[in-house]
Amino acid sequence: MKYVDEYRGKTHALALAEEIEKLCIPGKEYKIMEICGGHTHAIYKYGIEKYLPEQIKLVHGPGCPVCVIPLGRVDDAISISLGEVIFTCFGDMLRVPGNKRSLSDAKAQGSDIRVVYSPLDALDIAQKNRDKQVVFLAIGFETTAPSTAIALKQAKALGLTNFSIFCNHVTIIPPLVSILESEDSQIDAFIGPGHVAAVVGCQIFEQITARYSKPVVVSGFEPLDILQSVYMIIKQFHDDVRAVENQYSRVVPYYGNQAAIEAINSTMEVRPYFEWRGLGTIENSGLKIRDDYGEFDAENRFTIPGIKVSEPRACQCGQVLQGKIMPNECRVFGKACTPEKPIGTCMVSSEGACAAYYNYGRFQVTAGR
Amino acid sequence: MCLGIPGQVAEIIDEHYVVADVSGAKRKINTDLLVGQPLESGSWVLIHVGFALAIIDDNEAKQTLDLLNEMQEVYQQELEALAISTAHKISEKSGDL
Ligand code: SF4
Repeated sequence: MKYVDEYRGKTHALALAEEIEKLCIPGKEYKIMEICGGHTHAIYKYGIEKYLPEQIKLVHGPGCPVCVIPLGRVDDAISISLGEVIFTCFGDMLRVPGNKRSLSDAKAQGSDIRVVYSPLDALDIAQKNRDKQVVFLAIGFETTAPSTAIALKQAKALGLTNFSIFCNHVTIIPPLVSILESEDSQIDAFIGPGHVAAVVGCQIFEQITARYSKPVVVSGFEPLDILQSVYMIIKQFHDDVRAVENQYSRVVPYYGNQAAIEAINSTMEVRPYFEWRGLGTIENSGLKIRDDYGEFDAENRFTIPGIKVSEPRACQCGQVLQGKIMPNECRVFGKACTPEKPIGTCMVSSEGACAAYYNYGRFQVTAGR
Repeated sequence: MCLGIPGQVAEIIDEHYVVADVSGAKRKINTDLLVGQPLESGSWVLIHVGFALAIIDDNEAKQTLDLLNEMQEVYQQELEALAISTAHKISEKSGDL
């Protein structure tokens, strides 16, 4: 199996590790944030940090869409589901805690909530149940937004009157800006999300490099991809340049997928403000459905409480999502908060950093890492 | 939900859909996001929630499948979600299993 040797071989990893170590500036600490939850998983699954010198610290970012949904939006979703509707969502959303309960609890108490694989499944349900309103809970970054966009276009073409979308799409740049602007931010560079970039392109990260002088390397998900991305970042510091680089060019075109960008832009527009779990309200960070598609916007069709709910005191997800603490440094990690009984969203989603730590047995806080 | 999974095109249905083989199961995959990028039988695509997001080469597909097989739990969840999908199920006419 050639490709395994090529991409996951220990020899290659060790050789890269050696190169990385050679390029590190003595005494300098590097705090590198991987934005995407998929990277977080690969890092812990393969123990990638073991290949890195002590002076490089990998911290986890805000790129898990389930993790960043605020309590209030979950409560809004539950409130819609209590009506005479068929409420559809991705499986990951069921167990996300709202203020008092989750969608899963609402389902147990009688709401007709169905798990779907894609927004097209929700459309399918709407076509088969014309006497019922069918709502789809749309979440995700620019990777899933195009699928919502196509569903909106299809709903319009079909002239459906019983289908709507509760839109919670978010975009990747604003939370990074918010993290970099926060007072005690110490992030030196970013490992960029490969599949978000497959949609929006690498060039959207140029503003991070230009404004904040931070390297961004868009990365694949193989262990050696991630190590190579770290190498490229360290090399930038060594050569004293700051740039956006594309380590994952075998999948990601530098300017992204134009059809997907067009689909998003023609159906959705930027909201002035959107609330994020743990990060507060961030300007221009969420997407809403355009007026042209207003009849498919659940926020127009239903009365939505829109109550702002403060987060449980014990929960430190906000600090985890900003790379300020490691998951196992949270007070309740592995004790009151476990995947079976999560307090925060980072423990619910299989892509969340806390779930990754828990599942790969990272209970100890390692000094210096 | 956020995971990209590779699938191999088995049959072109029309300009919006193909039948793709995803880990041994045949599924109907939307191709509206690949406008201008012609697909043929045998092409590999990266699939996100039932939509082909990018065309990838064989080697990339194999590496990704290996990676996913190793990240068992997340991959299984994604495949189970795809299995229950009605919109991405192919009609009997096109040879659903
Ligand atoms: S351990 Fe639980 S409460 Fe703490 S940050 Fe993680 S998900 Fe949030």
